Amino acid sequence: MQRRIDVLVCSGAACVSAHSAEVKTALAREIDARDLADEVRLVETGCMGPCELGPVLLVYPDGAFYIRVTPEDAAEIVEEHFLKGRPVRRLLWESPDARRIAEGKKLVPFFEKQQKIVLSNCGEIDPETIEEYIAVGGYEALGQALTESTPEALVETIVASGLRGRGGAGFPTGLKWRLVAGEPGSTKYVVCNADEGDPGAFMDRSLLEGDPHAVIEGMAIAAFAVGATHGYVYVRAEYPLAIRRLNHAIDQARKLGLLGENILETGFSFDLEVRIGAGAFVCGEETALIASIEGERGVPRTRPPYPSSAGVFGRPTLINNAETWGNIRHIVLRGAEWFSSIGTPESPGTKVFALSGKVVNTGLVEVPMGTTLRELIYDIGGGVPDGKALKAVQTGGPSGGCIPADRIDTPIDYESLRELGAIMGSGGVIVMDEDNCMVNIAKFFLEFTCDESCGKCVPCRAGTRQMLDILERITEGEGRPSDVEQLRSLGETIVATSLCGLGRSAPNPVLSTIEHFGDEYRAHIEDRACPAKVCTALIRYGISAEACKACDKCRAVCPVTAIRGTPGNPPYALDAEVCVRCGRCAEVCPFGAIRIETGAANRETQGVGGV
Amino acid sequence: MKLEELREIRERASKEMGLRKGNARAKVLIGMGTSGIAAGARDVMAAFLDEISVRNLTDVVVTQSGERGLASSEPVVEVHVDGEPTVVYGRMTADRARRVVVDHLVNGNAVSEFVIEVRE
Repeated sequence: MQRRIDVLVCSGAACVSAHSAEVKTALAREIDARDLADEVRLVETGCMGPCELGPVLLVYPDGAFYIRVTPEDAAEIVEEHFLKGRPVRRLLWESPDARRIAEGKKLVPFFEKQQKIVLSNCGEIDPETIEEYIAVGGYEALGQALTESTPEALVETIVASGLRGRGGAGFPTGLKWRLVAGEPGSTKYVVCNADEGDPGAFMDRSLLEGDPHAVIEGMAIAAFAVGATHGYVYVRAEYPLAIRRLNHAIDQARKLGLLGENILETGFSFDLEVRIGAGAFVCGEETALIASIEGERGVPRTRPPYPSSAGVFGRPTLINNAETWGNIRHIVLRGAEWFSSIGTPESPGTKVFALSGKVVNTGLVEVPMGTTLRELIYDIGGGVPDGKALKAVQTGGPSGGCIPADRIDTPIDYESLRELGAIMGSGGVIVMDEDNCMVNIAKFFLEFTCDESCGKCVPCRAGTRQMLDILERITEGEGRPSDVEQLRSLGETIVATSLCGLGRSAPNPVLSTIEHFGDEYRAHIEDRACPAKVCTALIRYGISAEACKACDKCRAVCPVTAIRGTPGNPPYALDAEVCVRCGRCAEVCPFGAIRIETGAANRETQGVGGV
Repeated sequence: MKLEELREIRERASKEMGLRKGNARAKVLIGMGTSGIAAGARDVMAAFLDEISVRNLTDVVVTQSGERGLASSEPVVEVHVDGEPTVVYGRMTADRARRVVVDHLVNGNAVSEFVIEVRE
């Protein structure tokens, strides 16, 4: 019997957390119950992108895209859709702005503006079945490289493509390849840096989970090009699913003779090993990563010598980020010219971003370089939820910076972002709205880097601590007039005097918010006010006498009995001295009677509603 | 394994994934509303799937639709072939389904005795 329906069940980590495995089990049970097992196949795939809407299902051949599916929905989907051919409309993706039901993936704006190259297989194939990867052209690039090309030609193809490192700094990938290829000696290594540490970033994880063979194939091609015989994939232990799928993929590739001795019977040998990191942020830095692979403590060292001449075990080593590796096979198959025609002349190709924060469609997206932040946030991301105003976009994680809302027409490429004091980074994009306090955000990122500093360099170890103390003081309402200048001076010193990228970029979130949101720092220090009403030390709750209807809800939830009143006898009163500013009363008040005051207004009107 | 063998695997495996490519030449739409199913649409679909599989027609997609209103003619099947008018067949059976596969989908001749409607 011929199969007539393929059901792709997203099994990226976000959907797995949302119980996609239970959904799959329930679907399988319902399919069996209706004797459809021969006609309908369930396929587990990697991340499809719109994580916010998980668990998601994509049904072929009609392309119906189901969101937020629960195991209880399985019977209805199988009965109505798979058996009777009527897609269950209540579960189909509905675009929040257009309110239209999109019955095919191509109609969903989230996918429409994207151009998937690296992620082309994620969510389309079963990452645990090598045959599916081969079916969509997998290992063809490796085969062609080994039989029809030469190492020199491959290196020059990558140089000509203009591909730049997707890990953050944007160093030209081809030049790295050329350096390693030019090193003498027969023992060289290729390394995949999948130590993705930025809070909110999950590009590498999704690629390894959804298309592990693409990374393996890219590394094998590079190994042939630079003369390496052994490779390491460095992944953090926090990514168990990625590690499992990667190991499984390596085993499958070995069985088919695509890794190991005499690959494709060409005489070329290459094998791969997974090294699991403990999750230290600094191990994303290449020299620390190399130390960790060698079994040493993950601490950076001075460069030169660069890893290209003395890397793993002192041998020439080619390190690229997972997403960079994912580009290689496409460039080999379709040529350097094709690749450089995508994106911008200086930053060709696409970039994968993890979109999160105050945006409707959070998830994983891939767009051509040069796409503006506006397109990324509004067209693909669906804009800021609840009608709030966009305030800033944070790119590059703790090493990056905040870009203010009035600059969102900036095209995304390495240089444009750097000019704004942010960086491309590995691809984390955090959207912030009017309710985010920029001082508090800067403090959050600095807490992270201060904690993750390896301690080797004094400026990073002690300097980030000093900066954090000042930021804590400011958000506590104890800021001093000299604080902003002090932060700037400390930040610039740390940038100038740290050994590795962690220290050199750690002050970025602070420096970029001082530059673009200096008035918020001044408000905190001079007016003791938090304009976004986030910093609890600087806000006061009160009850508006006009709006209060004495419904008693606020009093009932207050954990510290700061609210007094009699039901039906407004207004209630809030004792600001007792209040711990937890915000529960504001959440439950049906009349918007709870007012939050800050700064000068706070002092003048404290005890609104009378204490 | 040699590169040729890799390409053979690809050949085989990509057939398995034909449904996801959306490059079907023809689509068979089987009315699977309540009355369609009651009139035997499941057997008709099974016959279509089986015959298409036996003849290795990888560019034909079989799918289902709901009730079309022609209860008296159920099971109703629509055949869309790229570039040709849509042909609607009525009162289908498993045997008739097999004939439609051979005559219409393989040889390109609609089976006029079962046709109840032709739409441009």
